Amino acid sequence: MDWFTEFPELGRRDLRDFRKSIDQGFKDFTRTYGEDIESFFEPLLQFLIWLEKLLLATPWPLFIVAVAALAWFASRSLRVVVGSAVSLFLIGFLGMWEDTMSTVSIIVVCTILCIGLGLPVGIVMSRSDRAQSVVTPILDIMQTIPSFVYLIPVVMLLGIGKVPGLIAVVIYAIPPMIRLTNLGIRLVDKEVLEAADAFGASPWQKLVRVQIPLALPNIFAGVNQTIMMSLAMVVIASMIGVTGLGQPVLKAISNQYLAMGLLNGLAIVALAIIFDRISQSYGKRLQSHRGGQDE
Amino acid sequence: MSDPETKIEIKRLFKIFGDQPESMLEKVREGVSKDELNDQHNHVLGLSDINLKIRAKGIQVVMGLSGSGKSTLIRHINRLIEPTVGEVWIDSENVLEMDEKTLRDFRRNRASMVFQRFALLPHRTVMENTIYGLEIQGMAEKDAEKQAAHWIERVGLAGYEENFPGQLSGGMQQRVGLARALATDADILLMDEAFSALDPLIRTDMQNILLDLQQELHKTIVFITHDLEEALRIGDQIAILRDGQVVQQGTPQQIVLKPKDDYIADFTKDINRGRVIQLKTIMKVPNDKPGPELSAEMLVEDAAQLVTESPSSQARVTNDSGDVVGVVGINDLIRAMARPDIESRLEEL
Ligand SMILES: Nc1ncnc2c1ncn2[C@@H]1O[C@H](COP(=O)(O)OP(=O)(O)O)[C@@H](O)[C@H]1O
Ligand SMILES: [Mg+2]
Repeated sequence: MDWFTEFPELGRRDLRDFRKSIDQGFKDFTRTYGEDIESFFEPLLQFLIWLEKLLLATPWPLFIVAVAALAWFASRSLRVVVGSAVSLFLIGFLGMWEDTMSTVSIIVVCTILCIGLGLPVGIVMSRSDRAQSVVTPILDIMQTIPSFVYLIPVVMLLGIGKVPGLIAVVIYAIPPMIRLTNLGIRLVDKEVLEAADAFGASPWQKLVRVQIPLALPNIFAGVNQTIMMSLAMVVIASMIGVTGLGQPVLKAISNQYLAMGLLNGLAIVALAIIFDRISQSYGKRLQSHRGGQDE
Repeated sequence: MSDPETKIEIKRLFKIFGDQPESMLEKVREGVSKDELNDQHNHVLGLSDINLKIRAKGIQVVMGLSGSGKSTLIRHINRLIEPTVGEVWIDSENVLEMDEKTLRDFRRNRASMVFQRFALLPHRTVMENTIYGLEIQGMAEKDAEKQAAHWIERVGLAGYEENFPGQLSGGMQQRVGLARALATDADILLMDEAFSALDPLIRTDMQNILLDLQQELHKTIVFITHDLEEALRIGDQIAILRDGQVVQQGTPQQIVLKPKDDYIADFTKDINRGRVIQLKTIMKVPNDKPGPELSAEMLVEDAAQLVTESPSSQARVTNDSGDVVGVVGINDLIRAMARPDIESRLEEL
């Protein structure tokens, strides 16, 4: 009755060999392709560095005005504009301007990547149930697996630095973009699609003139969530070398600097709220024609 | 096609919905009913052996109750639905044999459609919706807008170009739908219960707009409705559909005067026959008595009004060139307007 009380686990040796062979395999892979992969991501790194430098070189009043203008364009709400400007000013006043610029630049690059990758994947997914049934479980895994777990292979492959951090953030933040693009396109009114067919629209004409425009509110909800999730990932990403507001938080944890942790944490929250309000109110304005509010 | 008058000809068309439509075909041909097919074989009979010639430049109405297959039928004309078997000829081409590109060109240039629930693009203005078909054709925006502006005006929406559909009433939205369909200059217009979602008054308005436009455009219109009044008012020809089969086709008069079976008679018994029957149908050999001269195509109801107002008790019926070809007395007019069951009861007395 041994087998009943004792779990039939793999022998200790076998288990060690099993793990070793996986590690070895991946190490070999890294040794062979690591450099190629690194050079593949080189342009991305250059872009990120360029953007970060640009933001740091921008005089602070100009940056605040630019954000305020963006907020106005997106929301047409004075509250959002003033709120954004004041909180940015406070962040700078409390000595976190440079870290904030780094964080903003990585969020911007990450969002661009998530849209650039997520939109096409979402579109493909919406067009075929097969694709949907393949991609959905992958997204589920991406969203539930603890982020530390995929940090390991990323770091093994690319070392510590901005690019692996970026990749980790993208893996974490891209699923809502894909899901909501897929959902948005699938929810487009069947009758409107039939009308497009009846007028002889090609699949491409249908996609760009009907499906994407009508899915835009959902797509925008996806962008919004993607931004929120990448901000949430900033602290973890700083463990593998991403500069920005996450690093002081990390330092504060190991040294028990309460005020430092709190301030940087609040700065992340402030950024999140600014990004959120701007993207959400833009998404809402996209929908304004639906109810006919201007009547 | 042999008959130059015929624009659209549907031949031996069957549509069966389900997993194995082909295998059900034999059963349907043998006369298995829609209910039987549904209950015992789990397939839906959409259309069964449709043969229909649709004349050029006229309004062909297809009428039937909900679920009788009207939408399915009209969607075969521009092949939004593939048949199980059959042919759909337009001019001298079989739509079902067109390749993808030819079909797309056909839909872009030769047949446009108006939908029951409008199917407008909610994110686009009236103008942007109206140019939609032209945009798909690849027309330059300026030209498209010029062309669209004309049709927006024709349907009575001038001044609303920059409004979104959500800001308009149902009737106005359907005007946009009509303008969008007319803008492509297609000579076939497919209208699937286009006015059914509208209030009665607005519906009458829209019918008038359509009839006015048709007077000058002479398109081949296929008009679907479940409403007999509307069918009689709009149609030059009417086909009545029941459980996927055409049970009768003919002019409004033929349908009302000679309903083919009890099912159709039941439909038509409450109809105001005075609005359907023309003088030429009931006129008698001419006599010398005086009376107002009325056109042979005039409806009985209008004639009754005129005869009542005139001192004489009859009207003289004239043809297109003004010759008197017959007479109708006031009694003939009243008899023509009476409900058939009343008529037969009168005879019993
Ligand atoms: N895609 C489909 N799958 C299965 N049955 C269908 C489908 N489309 C229509 N039908 C059935 O075919 C019949 C005719 O439908 P339809 O043409 O929409 O009728 P109508 O327009 O006259 O109301 C109905 O019984 C309907 O349930
Ligand atoms: Mg229908």
